[in-house]
Amino acid sequence: MASNKISIVVVSGSRERLQMAAMMASVGAVSGNDVTVFLSMNALLYFLNESSETAPAEGQVGVMIAEKNVPPFKQLFQQAAELGDAKIYPCSMAMDLLGAEVDDLDPYLQEPWGLTKFLSHASDAQVWSF
Amino acid sequence: MAEKMLIDARGSFCPGPLMELIAKLKSGQVGDEFEVLSSDKGSAKDIPEWVEKAGHEMVESRQDKGVWHITVRKMR
Repeated sequence: MASNKISIVVVSGSRERLQMAAMMASVGAVSGNDVTVFLSMNALLYFLNESSETAPAEGQVGVMIAEKNVPPFKQLFQQAAELGDAKIYPCSMAMDLLGAEVDDLDPYLQEPWGLTKFLSHASDAQVWSF
Repeated sequence: MAEKMLIDARGSFCPGPLMELIAKLKSGQVGDEFEVLSSDKGSAKDIPEWVEKAGHEMVESRQDKGVWHITVRKMR
C-alpha cells in the first residue's frame, strides 16, 4: 500500500470534531499510512481513566451520531491503534494542566509528547486539525 | 481449506463495516472469503477502494433489497 505520513491534532471536545478525527485516524491507519494523533486541550479529557463521558454535540449531525449506530469515536481511535498501528500521543502540557499521570491514560495511548516533538515529527506529514 | 465468513454490519455507519471487515481479515487465512452485509452506501464505495489499496481481491459487490453484499478474498 502507498504510505503517507498523517498527523492529526485534536483539541476540540465536540462530538462532531472528535468523530471526524477518529474516522480519519482509523481509516488512514488501516490503509497503510503512518498515522500520528496528538491529543490536547479539551479532547484529552475523554482519554483519561477509561472515560465514557459523552462529548456534547455542536449541531444536528452531532445529535444524530448519538442516535444512530455510528461507531463511537473512542472505539475508532482504539481500532486505529490496534488494527492500523496508529500512534496516539497525549500533549504533555494538557496532562500537566489536568494533573494527569501516565497511569490515567487509556491503555492504547503512548507516553506524552511535548509540542516540540510533535512539530518535529509532523514536519514532513499531512497535518489535519480538529 | 479456505473458509467463507459472514460479517453482518447492517445498521452500522461508516467506517464501521470497513473496520469490522479489517478486524476479521486480520485473523483469517490467505484465501479465506469474507462477505460483508452493509446498509451504508458510503461503505459500499469505501470497502472496494480499501481492498484494492490493501492488495486483497474483490470477489463480488451487489445490492439486494437495500443491503450491499461485498465479498472479499484475503490475499496476503
